[in-house]
Amino acid sequence: MQLFKLNRAIDFMGMRKFAVALSVTLMLVAIASIATRGMDLGIDFTGGTLIEVGYQQSADLGKVRDALAAAGFQDATAQHFGTTREVLVNLAPRADMSNTELSDQAFSVLKQAAESGIELRRVEFVGPQVGDELTEDGGLAMLYALIGILIYVAVRFEYRFAAGSIIALVHDVLITIGIFSLFQIEFDLPVLAAVLAVIGYSLNDTIVVYDRIRENFRKMRKGTPAEIINTSLNQTLSRTIMTSVTTLLVLGALFVLGGEIIHGFALALIIGVVVGTYSSIYVASAAVLALGISKADMMPVKKEGAEVDASP
Amino acid sequence: MNRYPIWKNLLVLVVVLTGVLYAAPNLFDQDPAMEVAGTRRANVDQGTVAAVQDALKTAGVEIKSLDFSGTRLLLRFHDPESQLKAKDVLSEALGDNYNQALTLSTDLPGWLRAINAMPMNLGLDLRGGIHVLIDVDMEAAVKQSVERYAGDIRTLMRNEKLRYVTVSKGDVSVSIKFRDATVRDRALDAVSNEFRDLDVTAKDDGDSFLVVAKLGKSVQQEVSKFALEQNITTLRNRVNALGVAEPVIQQQGQRRIVVQLPGVQDPARIKDLLSATATLEYRLEDTEHNIEDAVAGRVPPGARLYRMRDGRPVLLKKRVIVTGDQITNASSGLDQRSGSPAVFVNLDGPGARRMRNVTSDNVGKPMAVVFIETRYEKYQDKDGNTVKRKRKVEEVISIATIQEPFGKRFQTTGLDSTEEAHDLALLLRAGALAAPIEIVEERTIGPSLGADNIEQGFNSVVIGLILVMIFMALYYRTFGLVANMALAINLVLIIAVLSMLQATLTLPGIAGIVLTVGMAVDANVLIFERIREEIRNGNTPQASIHAGYEKALSTITDANITTLIAAAVLFSFGTGPIKGFAITLFIGILSSMFTAIIGTRSVINFIYGGKRLSKLSI
Repeated sequence: MQLFKLNRAIDFMGMRKFAVALSVTLMLVAIASIATRGMDLGIDFTGGTLIEVGYQQSADLGKVRDALAAAGFQDATAQHFGTTREVLVNLAPRADMSNTELSDQAFSVLKQAAESGIELRRVEFVGPQVGDELTEDGGLAMLYALIGILIYVAVRFEYRFAAGSIIALVHDVLITIGIFSLFQIEFDLPVLAAVLAVIGYSLNDTIVVYDRIRENFRKMRKGTPAEIINTSLNQTLSRTIMTSVTTLLVLGALFVLGGEIIHGFALALIIGVVVGTYSSIYVASAAVLALGISKADMMPVKKEGAEVDASP
Repeated sequence: MNRYPIWKNLLVLVVVLTGVLYAAPNLFDQDPAMEVAGTRRANVDQGTVAAVQDALKTAGVEIKSLDFSGTRLLLRFHDPESQLKAKDVLSEALGDNYNQALTLSTDLPGWLRAINAMPMNLGLDLRGGIHVLIDVDMEAAVKQSVERYAGDIRTLMRNEKLRYVTVSKGDVSVSIKFRDATVRDRALDAVSNEFRDLDVTAKDDGDSFLVVAKLGKSVQQEVSKFALEQNITTLRNRVNALGVAEPVIQQQGQRRIVVQLPGVQDPARIKDLLSATATLEYRLEDTEHNIEDAVAGRVPPGARLYRMRDGRPVLLKKRVIVTGDQITNASSGLDQRSGSPAVFVNLDGPGARRMRNVTSDNVGKPMAVVFIETRYEKYQDKDGNTVKRKRKVEEVISIATIQEPFGKRFQTTGLDSTEEAHDLALLLRAGALAAPIEIVEERTIGPSLGADNIEQGFNSVVIGLILVMIFMALYYRTFGLVANMALAINLVLIIAVLSMLQATLTLPGIAGIVLTVGMAVDANVLIFERIREEIRNGNTPQASIHAGYEKALSTITDANITTLIAAAVLFSFGTGPIKGFAITLFIGILSSMFTAIIGTRSVINFIYGGKRLSKLSI
């Protein structure tokens, strides 16, 4: 079975103006959304208390809220989580009790209000300072990952490739986060991990394409840089799409079957994989072209050349 | 062409077999189990084993198997109901002297245990339990220490008859104000002689002359380290008393402590227990009165009956000599004269003075240390309301004879072993004035959510794997099947490595495995696409296989190293859940490189190697 016939070469670089326009628009929308709407940060980052309670029958949220309000938890929000039998309650801090008592009190209120037995499924309390540290550590982690990758690519390839891959990464991360901001999907710790994994995945994709571009620059005697990049993209196209498809298959399984807690994580990766695949074709390659890559930059250094000559 | 040397084939075989062997324990069911261990007052012996069996038999609880390892008794049950019932039965039958901890235990055959194969650890999000992050207030610890130095300095000034105006405390320093410079200079000498660990300087401020004693960075670090260790010890003591199987109590970063208790049901009780306070009291032993009379209920006035840690009764005087908040340090070591194990204790100024007065009058008499813990317990009163109640737990941890009068620094000898000295020092520290602690993060996962997480995680791995396998088989035919084999073995290897490292599998960890499954085939896709390309370029099948593997190698390495960098960064910066994801991602990438490159090659060589081929099934 073969999905992509090679002889029908696609002129990717010819379409790069549209691609750049699309990418820039998406990134601007993302930035605008993050700036105006902000992120719906989870309690991992903001700090706070939430409890998840399991009911035996489907729970009436109105009654849950009334019971909480009657006991002094006016600011608590309740929502279904996964099924209608699970209820997630976000508790606001109260002056008259410590943060750690909050969850215990709220649970006993709900227990008394429930007609049949309920069970405590989950308590999460994150102190404000821990949340701040996480935000800082998360930002730092992303920065260090980018720097590490930048160094590796610069050493293995060339600085233009390093710059191109970073542009593609920023593009992917920005759009992924932007979608979370635009649709106000909760951004919690697992989602942050997913965004970092997107960095790894997108780069993986970009490197494969770059590897081929480098090889073709050395091998092909004719052709402009744009033509050589086009050829390379066509040669790696079926691999790029195959890997995205297999990854999306498992991510789809994770999204559908993995449960409510892992939803955001799977969603972030799905968005990231789609955007990352697109960016390794259009953004990363267009970037090296725009940075003015030429054949001379890609010629093997002398030592490697000597080895090539020596082999039959 | 395309033949592997025998050692490479053997390597693949050995790795795969080892992987299967070490992943195997995860296939066995985990039985509900219970660990019975003696507390400080008792040990588990054959008699206990018999008592346990009798008690359970009378109550009609069936035991699946029983393991006695010399100090611990492990009971396995057929179902969680009998496990819970057994706990009730045994806590009644064995009383306070034994702990029963509920746990899960895999019933492994002996040969697997012999090679040290164990199932993976399941994280709290998969098995249920409580995770608490505790912050130790270091600023308060330093402040307490500044206060102690201020007290000591006042005492010193009085003893040296140096007239000062005020002693005032800053954040990390103590300053003493004098009226004239000569007194100040004498004080400067006295303070710097007495407190060699402080940075002591002189300062003139108009009419007043100052001596400023500052706690340097190293002293502050010392204080912080002491506060952290002290709290860890206290927490460990309390958690051990709970009887939870496999508790984790660890330092995290500079000022935090992580406590993880698997399978604990009642978070409110745990949090109360963790925030209890402890202190110490030094008291003289009452040797004038008869201990038997006291045990019989005739406690003489001016004395109180206590218990030693091993349960022996002891009569102590009511007057307290020194309390825990007057202890500034306690450490274990060896007595310089006799070389026997000893515990060294430092007291602050007022404590030292009292200690000197009392010990001078009581040389040759025994003195005891009482460890006091105040716990808050919640209980339901008869109207069903939850009421908080304080409960004091008092215990005599050491009795020693006063050899000679002593004050600020003294040592306790006559201990049986260095471990005993170590334990006593830890307890003394635990009872010293503790830096306040605060719970800054709590994550409790109920057992039902844990079970749901396992099931959902398992399902997504299996379904994801099947989908990818179908797709690969359709697209690459024979080569796809070989890649599928590699994928399955990759999964086995990840599980084997996680089991060998005894790493903890969490829900994000499972997500990491799922992601690796998707990405693991990438290496094979790269290779197979190269082979197809070579064939299209008109190369022979054998040469195409060879060139395909060869040319794809550097691409695969580059692509995977960058992902490894991302995983490593995730691991070093992340906490709990992110770490779990990073570990499985990291292991998954490494093992996928092995299975996808070397593993598939050896199978492909086995199928096609050295044969005349006109066509490949790719």
